[in-house]
Amino acid sequence: MTTLSPPTMAGRPAAPPPRKRSTRRRSWVGWGFIAPFMVVFALVFLAPIAYSIYLSLFREQMVGGTSFVGLDNYQRAFDDPKFWEALGRVSLFLVIQVPIMLGIALLVALAIDSGRLYGKNFFRIAIFMPYAVPAVVATLMWGFIYGSRFGLVGNINDTFNVSLPNPLSPDLVLASIGNIVTWEFVGYNMLIFYAALRVIPHSLYEAAEIDGASQLRMITAIKLPAIRGALVIATIFSIIGSFQLFNEPSILQNLAPNAITTYFTPNLFTYSLSFSGQQHNYAATVAILMGLLTMVVAYVVQLRGMRKEA
Amino acid sequence: MAATTTRTRRPGPALRQRRRRPHSVNHPRRSTLLTVLTGLVLVYSLVPLAWLAINATKTQPGLFDSFGLWFDSDFALWSNITDTLTYDDGVFVRWLLNTLLYVVAGAGGATFLAVLGGYALAKFQFPGKRAVFAVVIGAVAVPGTALAVPTFLMFSEMGLTNTPWAVIIPSLISPFGLYLMWVFAADAIPGELLEAARIDGASELRTFFRVSLPLMAPGIVTVLLFTMVATWNNYFLPLIMIKDPDWYPLTLGLNAWNAQASTAGGEAIFNLVITGSLLTILPLIVAFLLLQRYWQSGLAAGSVKE
Repeated sequence: MTTLSPPTMAGRPAAPPPRKRSTRRRSWVGWGFIAPFMVVFALVFLAPIAYSIYLSLFREQMVGGTSFVGLDNYQRAFDDPKFWEALGRVSLFLVIQVPIMLGIALLVALAIDSGRLYGKNFFRIAIFMPYAVPAVVATLMWGFIYGSRFGLVGNINDTFNVSLPNPLSPDLVLASIGNIVTWEFVGYNMLIFYAALRVIPHSLYEAAEIDGASQLRMITAIKLPAIRGALVIATIFSIIGSFQLFNEPSILQNLAPNAITTYFTPNLFTYSLSFSGQQHNYAATVAILMGLLTMVVAYVVQLRGMRKEA
Repeated sequence: MAATTTRTRRPGPALRQRRRRPHSVNHPRRSTLLTVLTGLVLVYSLVPLAWLAINATKTQPGLFDSFGLWFDSDFALWSNITDTLTYDDGVFVRWLLNTLLYVVAGAGGATFLAVLGGYALAKFQFPGKRAVFAVVIGAVAVPGTALAVPTFLMFSEMGLTNTPWAVIIPSLISPFGLYLMWVFAADAIPGELLEAARIDGASELRTFFRVSLPLMAPGIVTVLLFTMVATWNNYFLPLIMIKDPDWYPLTLGLNAWNAQASTAGGEAIFNLVITGSLLTILPLIVAFLLLQRYWQSGLAAGSVKE
């Protein structure tokens, strides 16, 4: 994702790099095609980034108006226990939910690709379907299911006369959110892995079989190395997604107001800072810190993922 | 694609000699155990959707009285749909039309820009190309919400908040779509074909529309579907940009209906929230099912090549 040359897939002839494609002079014709994208991109990506950096260096006060405060806002964030609590929560989410989700997705992709399933096309489509469900609907749906009144949890409690722990209690709500996110994105990641597995040349498997390699050995020696690129990409997207966690906790807030605070995740924190607290400068600061952190972690994952390949 | 032909080819003479081993790599034995294990994930994926479909047939009291995964004696799906569409002077229909507007303008525009840009990156050399690529790829890692607050402030100074533009304009940029189109165009359009068109004297625009666009079709369908899902499902952006319920998309509207129950004096309409949710997801599921040939080949060619 952050390479500057066209991506290539191991074991597959690479697309010819555009540079070598022709001996034609560099010309501005290409700009005619990319200019519309870049104009809008500048308006909705570059300008807001520049503006939030600008905002983060100022402070708005009741008395005296807006004044330049240098890095004071950043200092404030580093000293803010709410910021650290929110960051700690999404980090915990990241290290538990992402491996579970990607692990299930990988296992399902391997199972479908192995050709050993009955009705594999149905599996592929049906497991992917939750991806088409909006986060709002997914959260409402799971929120109802979690509910003790008319949800499945309530049904089970009534039917078996037990009392399951309430999934929306403060202790469990993060795990409940993890379940919703896993449900939404297992199929999507599975499809990315599956598509990568499909382009592995089958001659490799035949050769391995002649050599007497076991199924497990084929997976670890051929399949996993071949889809490393897809694994790295899926991991990076999942990390970005975890740090950005907002929709699910924000919507569950209606159902579990006591379990989800206004600073449950960093994004929820920035949102409430700017839209209930009118603290735009501080909100911009927290947003920038999260953006930087996300980029650093994504970059490290990419470096590690690629280094193992060498 | 090479892999597809490998997979579907008839057993050649070489393979036929190994007939004694019926379960070769290309024709493995089906496994009931593996099917059942994968079936667990399948059940996990489908049970909530089944819950939604079943409960859309229940009345508000029926929701509380009956078991979640089975039908109530009273089959109220049709009246629920009618009620959903007419509640509060048909505001649901208004939200549906808003969503369609955001999807057509936002996802359509995003796909158009991504196709043009991806084509430029794949097939042209131009000054600053590496810089363009580095900036766009770097931007993918920037969390959307880091941009949301400053975008909101900028748009509110431009007088765009609370109008459809505030939702449509940010939806126009899909870095992932640009990346997908770039990889796809690099593969699908042979450089020689472009050279031939140019030698024949076709203008760049004519070449693009007559030669390149048809070749990029599967990639375009893929990007269109994924940007459609992104705009149809968008929640955060309209949440901060739109305060007027008349401009809500479905996602915000459904959440507002759900929240209504917990406000003082608000009428609980969970049956309408559930039916509305079902109506909201149906179009996308149908689109994915109908277009699966296209997006699966587009995704296979694009997103995974790195």
